[in-house]
Amino acid sequence: MLQSIAFFLLAAVATVSGLLVVTARNPVHSVLWLILAFFSSAGLFVLLGAEFLAMLLVVVYVGAVAVLFLFVVMMLDVDFVKLREGYARYLPFGAIISGVLLAEMIMVSVAVVQGGATNGRTPVEPSLDVTNVQAIGRVLYTDYIYFFQAAGIVLLIAMIGAITLTLRHKPHIKRQNITDQVNRDRNKSVEVKSAQSGQGVSAEELL
Amino acid sequence: MPDLSSALHLAASELTLAVGALVLLMVGAFIGDKSARLVSILSTLLLIAAAVIAVTGPWGSAFNGAYIADPLAIYGKSVIYLSAAVAIILGDGWMKRTRIAKFEYPVLIVLASVGMGMMASSGDLISMYVGIELHSLALYVLAAYHRDDVKASEAGLKYFVLGALSSGLLLYGASLIYGFAGSMRFEDIAAFAVDHPSTGLLFGLVFLICGLAFKVSAAPFHMWTPDVYEGAPTPVVALFSTAPKVAAMVLIARALEGGFGESHAQWSQVLIAISLISFVVGAFGGLAQKDIQRLLAYSSIANIGYALLGIAAGTSQGLQAMLMFMTLYVIDQLGFFAILLSLSKSGRPIRRIADLAGLKKDRPLTAVALTILSLSVLGMPPFSGFWGKYYVFGAAANAGLWPVAAAGLVASVVAAFYYLRIIKLMWFDAPVDDVPTDKAPVEAKWIGWACAAFSFPLVILGLTWLEPLTKAASAGFGNG
Repeated sequence: MLQSIAFFLLAAVATVSGLLVVTARNPVHSVLWLILAFFSSAGLFVLLGAEFLAMLLVVVYVGAVAVLFLFVVMMLDVDFVKLREGYARYLPFGAIISGVLLAEMIMVSVAVVQGGATNGRTPVEPSLDVTNVQAIGRVLYTDYIYFFQAAGIVLLIAMIGAITLTLRHKPHIKRQNITDQVNRDRNKSVEVKSAQSGQGVSAEELL
Repeated sequence: MPDLSSALHLAASELTLAVGALVLLMVGAFIGDKSARLVSILSTLLLIAAAVIAVTGPWGSAFNGAYIADPLAIYGKSVIYLSAAVAIILGDGWMKRTRIAKFEYPVLIVLASVGMGMMASSGDLISMYVGIELHSLALYVLAAYHRDDVKASEAGLKYFVLGALSSGLLLYGASLIYGFAGSMRFEDIAAFAVDHPSTGLLFGLVFLICGLAFKVSAAPFHMWTPDVYEGAPTPVVALFSTAPKVAAMVLIARALEGGFGESHAQWSQVLIAISLISFVVGAFGGLAQKDIQRLLAYSSIANIGYALLGIAAGTSQGLQAMLMFMTLYVIDQLGFFAILLSLSKSGRPIRRIADLAGLKKDRPLTAVALTILSLSVLGMPPFSGFWGKYYVFGAAANAGLWPVAAAGLVASVVAAFYYLRIIKLMWFDAPVDDVPTDKAPVEAKWIGWACAAFSFPLVILGLTWLEPLTKAASAGFGNG
């Protein structure tokens, strides 16, 4: 009973905040709604007995991705009012399309439920003898090594792409040269000048 | 865990490419942009080596059925890797001429080839999705590669945003399929579908097809194609219209016939609708185009329609026809783009169709090659494009889809108009100005001529060689 209440509460919050992500006028608000959606999804994961995934969702998506979004949205100099100009014009067409899609989905869901939603399949019960982390650790580098490595290459491509598209070598920028810094010695960098007593030294003399 | 070494042996071609790409990345990072030529040469060799490894490697499946090395995958991979290698050769000269030579271009193509290889041999939904993301991400970057060019940036951004949308559709479909079938593997899904025909499964399948149709730029999911083809650098477009299309077509064939062979009646309807719309959009959309690359975009939309028709037939003959068609089409496209890259006037590449006027005076041999390629894409016998269509229409008619095949025939007659216009401009019109075309870059010129020579007359020899290969590759798929 309590579980059902929690499920419906979290699911409703996730759906509504998902909707608000798209419709919010202010993009900063959109990101904040997105964070709420992530939190509610994390709650759903906890209900499923996948605490580790729930924590990952909070740490990775809320902690890193959403905050990054927030930074980007705040730093971008985009006129969001202008971007929304076509919104009202395309709204009726979009509404028709999404209405048709929604009707189709409901029809299919009804048909599926009538035919027995899962055809007698039940979700795998979370086993109690291992923790989430252990369960993932057992398969991640064994059964799923192929996908894991391929996903690594996807991230590598993203990095190469970001560097290729944005890095510019400007000629007049001073860069750190560690070899030079390490090989510097006192004789190269310090010069002892004798100064006349009582007269001081001027900058021209030093150079 | 079945032993890792045999699994790695099966996936040796992807492994070679991935490790090779990392090494080349290091070479490029330490030597700097001066190494662009060296990295290009090494990447080309790497891709050829990977094709050889794939062809000579063992057959079987690895990683719990996620990776399949069968004749279909091997055939697809050799076409993919070789056409990617040609795109690197074409790109190297082009980047140098436009002064944006950087070593990342070949490295990104090699990494994209890893993804396309994964797609060609994917045996389950995760490897399918990861393969698609792997190659698309590299292609998004390549589309925007000429970053100081506004059109290229626009192309990259459009491709990225719409590509992300299609990935969303694909994932939604994949999650529905997983939810209903309870397994990610195509084999298990097929086995499940036999006992439990389910509406939900079909619903997921439709989303999956939509996502995949986007990747092959089949109408009505073609919106990105003309803009991306127009804006992206020409050698990158040469890549777009060849290797990824082959990879995605092989993937569609495998997912539909491997995972959903039982529901052929349902998905073939979807594919037929997509083919018909593609015929119409490709044939009529191309008529009004002034930019050559936009024209080629519409041409590719129509051609993907023909290839999908082969899969829609659902027979092994249809699959063979699709492979045949795609191979011949890839060679034609590479030739077309190579010739486009070899033509420029006072340092500016020829972009408008009208600029081709009077080409016969300036470059008779190139004009002949372009004529052959145009006639071939148009489907005129005995050029190679005709044979591709011959196989596809034959397979479609045998599967009882002759009305669709007839519609395709009509569409190719309409499309013939714009290819004939190119030929007319080159041979019978006076040049627009007296500026002669620049000296053609050697590699682009020769690749263009070689592809034209393949289109006719070498195709006759090529057919006797391709026919048994495609037959072997398509054996065991479809129902008879």
